[in-house]
Amino acid sequence: MTEDKLSRADRKKARRQRKARLKEEGAWYPKWYWPSFAMPGIAWLAVLFILPFYAVFAITFGYVNPLSQVTVPVWQPWYWDPTAFKEISCRVVGQCEPSYAPFFIRTVVYVAIASVMCVLVSYPVAYFVARYGGRRKGFYLMLLIAPFWVSYLMRMLAWGNLLANDGYVNKVLVSLHLLSQPYPWLDGKSITVIFGLIYGYIPYMILPLYAGLDRISPSLLEASRDLGANTVRTFTKVTLPLSKQAITAGLVIVTLPMFGDYYTTALMSGYNNTKMIGSLIDDNLNNNRTGEAATLVLILVVLLIIPMLWYLRTTNSETART
Amino acid sequence: MSSVTAAAPKRTRIRGPVTWWKDPWRKPHVLRAATWVYMVWSLAPVLVAVMFSFNNGRSRSSWQGFSTQWYIGKNLPGGAYSVFANPALRTALVQTLRLATITTAVAVPLGLAFALGIDRWHGRGSGTSNFTMLFSFVMPELVIGVALFFVFGQALTMVPPGTWQQALGLIVFQMSYPVIIIRARLLSIGRQYEEAAMDLGAKPTQSLRRVLLPLLYPAIFASTVLVFADCIDDFVVVRALGGPSTSETISMKLYSGYRSAPTPAYNALATIMLVLTLTVMFIGLFVFGRNAKKEGKKQDAAEAFAVSI
Repeated sequence: MTEDKLSRADRKKARRQRKARLKEEGAWYPKWYWPSFAMPGIAWLAVLFILPFYAVFAITFGYVNPLSQVTVPVWQPWYWDPTAFKEISCRVVGQCEPSYAPFFIRTVVYVAIASVMCVLVSYPVAYFVARYGGRRKGFYLMLLIAPFWVSYLMRMLAWGNLLANDGYVNKVLVSLHLLSQPYPWLDGKSITVIFGLIYGYIPYMILPLYAGLDRISPSLLEASRDLGANTVRTFTKVTLPLSKQAITAGLVIVTLPMFGDYYTTALMSGYNNTKMIGSLIDDNLNNNRTGEAATLVLILVVLLIIPMLWYLRTTNSETART
Repeated sequence: MSSVTAAAPKRTRIRGPVTWWKDPWRKPHVLRAATWVYMVWSLAPVLVAVMFSFNNGRSRSSWQGFSTQWYIGKNLPGGAYSVFANPALRTALVQTLRLATITTAVAVPLGLAFALGIDRWHGRGSGTSNFTMLFSFVMPELVIGVALFFVFGQALTMVPPGTWQQALGLIVFQMSYPVIIIRARLLSIGRQYEEAAMDLGAKPTQSLRRVLLPLLYPAIFASTVLVFADCIDDFVVVRALGGPSTSETISMKLYSGYRSAPTPAYNALATIMLVLTLTVMFIGLFVFGRNAKKEGKKQDAAEAFAVSI
């Protein structure tokens, strides 16, 4: 008993000493001080991010009322029923009817083409601004950021105006004799949807690319030239490898929201033959098929988890470095 | 950089295209042209859309003369509505501003506290919380919207649909902006100022309020502007959590109206939204630029702003 008391006193003393030492070293805060700042945010995230995520699971593996076909969420994991999930996954793979495979394949193809095009279009622009911007760099950057200030819907609507049958695009193409008659761009054309995706998401690609290219020291490029490399070799051996991480970061930033996109295809086409995964989820939600919507959301997250984790890891290590 | 081009020696004009292409010191005319083509491509369509909001006719694709009928007109031909004659569109405008104000007022302080806490608290749980926050940042908006729709519908049923749900959802989605921006600023400030203040006898709360907070003002300000502007434009979360028709925002009206009965009134609505966002951003840029000058930094305000985004 006495030993226990003694040790407790010892511990108290040690704690006091530690406090005194920390105080002498400089900033000292009580242990609860900083965590209490984070608490409201953590609570918010727990209730409105973690819990909703759990709700997706609870509904995906929930109980389907056989009469009303309404899915009731099941919150206890030990009662989860995978039948509905299996059914939807089977449709996603294309083994069951109605097959969702076309939507998934279409989405992957659209996103792949659009994101590659985003890199190809934005790289020269980002390169020019980063390397040759000079005194006008701030001005160029303003123009690069400007699309962020215009709502996404308005930018799509703007192209809707331009691509209409009697719109300016058709007028120009016909007057240049590239087309004999106006092309119905907005009537369920994949090319228009992909174009919309590129136009919509390219600003998100340019800025990280710019940041990455701006970090490359010009002296490295000059060294490469001094050592006899021509412009092409300097680009492929120095600039491109150094900007690889910026390209990947840009690709992740651009592809993640594209996979959840349903409004671009709705505004640029609105036809069934160009619907993406996002449209499928949105349709299910609007028609009160919550079970299907939840399952599709879950599958989407599983698809995207690797790029998301990669991005989080690299950004985290980057902040740790700086 | 410009020093490279300035150092280029004067050469004779006559030379083959191959030599020209291979010259490492040539001026980047091709790149400059590509950049300008990109700038025009990315911005001109929006200007054309703004132009058609002033169209003197129903068409949104061919110009029929200037008029402001789609903004303030009454008794338009064909029973069409202008923005201000349509009470639903006015409601949408008010709802958009209301949501943006509520969200900014809650998300920025919440994010500020979270950033401070996470940055200084190195105990168990800080890493996980930070990771969760970043995870919510990279998650597609549709996933968040649908998940929130479920949780409000099935678990948190006491929250009424409409403004309440929309605001709560928007705050989750927008909180990560202030956290990221303010943490970056915290990292660049370091701890020395605070420690100096405390060595001089300041209590933790005093050093926080009198020293750290003023140093964070630019970051707080930038995130306020960003969150507000982003809320005005938000569409997916707001739509997933929308309740009665009074909770429809401008972006939701744009989406539904554009597909059902498009008139230049929607261009006018989009233009009003654009003007709102631009006003907020320009105030932001102006104040931010003045702050940067006061701090004696040579870095261009726009550049700093871009980096903070």
